[in-house]
Amino acid sequence: MQAETKTELSPGLLEFIRQWKDKPGNLIMVLHRVQQEYRYVPRDVAFQVAALLEVPLAKIYGVITFYHLFKLKQPGRHVIAVCMGTACYLKGGEDLIRELETLIGAGVNTVSPDGEFSVEVVRCLGCCGLAPVLTIDGEVFGNLTKAQLPDVLAKYQGKQLAAATA
Amino acid sequence: MAFKHYVMVCGGEGCESKHALAVHDALLKEVREQGVENEVQVLKTGGFGFCGDCPAVQVLPDQTLYVGVQPGDAAAIVTQHLKQGRPVARLVFDAAKNAKMFPADVPVGHQKQLRIVLRNCGVIDPEKIGDYLARDGYAALEKALFKMKPEDVIEELKKAGLRGRGGGGYPTWQKWLFTKKVASEQKYIICNADEGDPGAYMDRSTLEGDPHSILEAMTIAGYTVGASQGYIYIRAEYPLAISRLNLAIAQARELGLLGKGILGSGFDFDIELRLGAGAFVCGEETALITSIEGNRGMPSPRPPYPAVRGLWEKPTVINNVETWAAIPVILLKGGEWFGKIGTATSKGTKVFALTGKVNNCGLIEVPMGITLREIIYEIGGGMLKGKAFKAVQTGGPSGGVITQDYLDMPIDYEALAQLGSIMGSGGMIVMDEDDCMVDVSKFYLDFTVDESCGKCAPCRIGGRTLYNLVDKISKGKGSLNDIEQIRDIGLAMRKASLCGLGQTAPNPAISTLKYFEAEYLAHINDKKCPAGKCRDLLTFFILPEKCIGCTLCARRCPVNCIAGERRAVHTIDAAKCIKCGECYQVCKFGAVERT
Ligand SMILES: Cc1cc2nc3c(=O)[nH]c(=O)nc-3n(C[C@H](O)[C@H](O)[C@H](O)COP(=O)(O)O)c2cc1C
Ligand code: FES
Repeated sequence: MQAETKTELSPGLLEFIRQWKDKPGNLIMVLHRVQQEYRYVPRDVAFQVAALLEVPLAKIYGVITFYHLFKLKQPGRHVIAVCMGTACYLKGGEDLIRELETLIGAGVNTVSPDGEFSVEVVRCLGCCGLAPVLTIDGEVFGNLTKAQLPDVLAKYQGKQLAAATA
Repeated sequence: MAFKHYVMVCGGEGCESKHALAVHDALLKEVREQGVENEVQVLKTGGFGFCGDCPAVQVLPDQTLYVGVQPGDAAAIVTQHLKQGRPVARLVFDAAKNAKMFPADVPVGHQKQLRIVLRNCGVIDPEKIGDYLARDGYAALEKALFKMKPEDVIEELKKAGLRGRGGGGYPTWQKWLFTKKVASEQKYIICNADEGDPGAYMDRSTLEGDPHSILEAMTIAGYTVGASQGYIYIRAEYPLAISRLNLAIAQARELGLLGKGILGSGFDFDIELRLGAGAFVCGEETALITSIEGNRGMPSPRPPYPAVRGLWEKPTVINNVETWAAIPVILLKGGEWFGKIGTATSKGTKVFALTGKVNNCGLIEVPMGITLREIIYEIGGGMLKGKAFKAVQTGGPSGGVITQDYLDMPIDYEALAQLGSIMGSGGMIVMDEDDCMVDVSKFYLDFTVDESCGKCAPCRIGGRTLYNLVDKISKGKGSLNDIEQIRDIGLAMRKASLCGLGQTAPNPAISTLKYFEAEYLAHINDKKCPAGKCRDLLTFFILPEKCIGCTLCARRCPVNCIAGERRAVHTIDAAKCIKCGECYQVCKFGAVERT
């Protein structure tokens, strides 16, 4: 069985797979590397990884679906991760999620209609002192109120990912 | 070369976010431009464990602590403080408000906090192995390799009475002894850095602030039990800790502190990282081991314990980050010294992530046997906004709540268990009168249901049923019978679940029921949430005598359920209201009321 389109794996990724191929327990490390490249695990890449590592495709999907961090769908251009750890929950993390839903039309684990943002929930970013906290593309915003969200989002709206992370 | 001043910039994750790097660079630039680079050294350090007001900067030797520093403040700090000796008052941390959050090395008994595990955090540059070596780094390893037999190491840990800090509290020396006794060609050492408790970050700070201490301790364990390979299983959510560990491993290899023939002895040991991928259950030791093996992280029944049959079926020592970090100090200062700190059954110190509704959130390290009152009111600076204390939650999703009545009880493993909570890994969340206990119990159940791996029925089905019951109560649809059911199902889950996740999942519900049954009853009988948290039980209305008709609430209402002309009293259409609370928050005249 083959997937429809074939993505050319980058030399870096192939090299990584080669290095890890003979190490036991390599699959999770390889999937992390795949996500570093594509931000999710595209189906045809999963096929290729299965062939390269000589593991059944079913095992790969078994692992992907078990762990929260592995994604099967392409995320938005900017990933918003709202902390729902205990401290953030108590200080209103849920309000942020609800407000985001009104602002960008994306709830938890969905992508906004324009493909700009996707929203995820994380459990404790380790800056509970700043609760409630969310991150956008890894940048941390703490002590947030609903009213500040539009300004925070505006910084990212329309910006390409490369520009935002540079 | 001795410097006159050391300027340390906090580089923990919290601070990193607030542009600590920019502050570091600005200080460095200023020091050069003002020509004092031979007198002043600017350093990046691990998190000070003090994140409310970052980035924080500390100047040594006078120990001035600056908070909320901006790159633009660098010039003032260098000119005024470092050159003229006058600290920049507007940035200085208000010591009266909180002197105890940030102690340097202090002798036992002098201050509430005592830093053993966090001894180097915020003091050394974690990216420089030289800093670690300068503070007796790897001296314990040297001592173990050349002056101690493996039995002596175990004996020292036994004298210390060190117990696992990952939650279970199992004596560390016993685990090591079991593994040592099993004859096997290959054995493994694992550091559990999965830190899954949602509201705790002790391990992350240690890994970021003092990565070498973990490597050193694991190597000592390798020597003691006869293992040559170690793994650190770390959450992928901690990128800074991962990069610092990788750097530390490379540095240690370069100096012959890891690899073949360590320090010229005949002992080989190496360490690799394995990343988690966001599954709480993988913090459980058997699940963690299958995850390192590259599988879905499902736990398996114990025995056999990992000490006998662990990673790739080989005997394996697995310990928590904080447990590891204490070990080098114990070997250097002696088990007896460590054993003098703490209570009869629980020795040494414990790191807690103190968060929630207290004035000073952050990491604290305190001797076992301290009381919660000391932690919350002295170290934590009391309740936020002067609200009334309600409960403190320890042990995260596996723990429970502790009430006012027990604030003066000395805390250790046994005392917390007796109260129906657990020590856990060190999350400590303070709750006030605005926090609803039904809601808190629902929050934790939501978490455990989400994280249950689904392998065993008591956890998979029981957890979901518990959640549904509590959810029902929070919506005012519960009955007294539901409370009985919660207790029964909880008991069954405790007895029949496969791993600790399911066995402890009912704890938050059972413990809130034990101490706050009246609050559950208010939801059931009166259909009211006394804390004003459970949305479905709230009603919002406008007090006609206070409303001046400013229209603000009507404009902000997301569902347009507020009607009223300008300068006329507004009304809320209760049928359409989604109870978002926006009107309650925005009204400047206190005219919106909630019951
Ligand atoms: C559901 C569950 C989650 C756990 N999560 C962690 C964790 O995040 N970190 C940790 O060190 N131990 C965790 N533990 C405890 C480990 O199973 C194990 O007891 C511990 O790593 C042993 O180290 P210690 O003796 O040094 O505490 C967890 C246990 C359970 C049941
Ligand atoms: S709970 Fe959100 S950062 Fe800890």
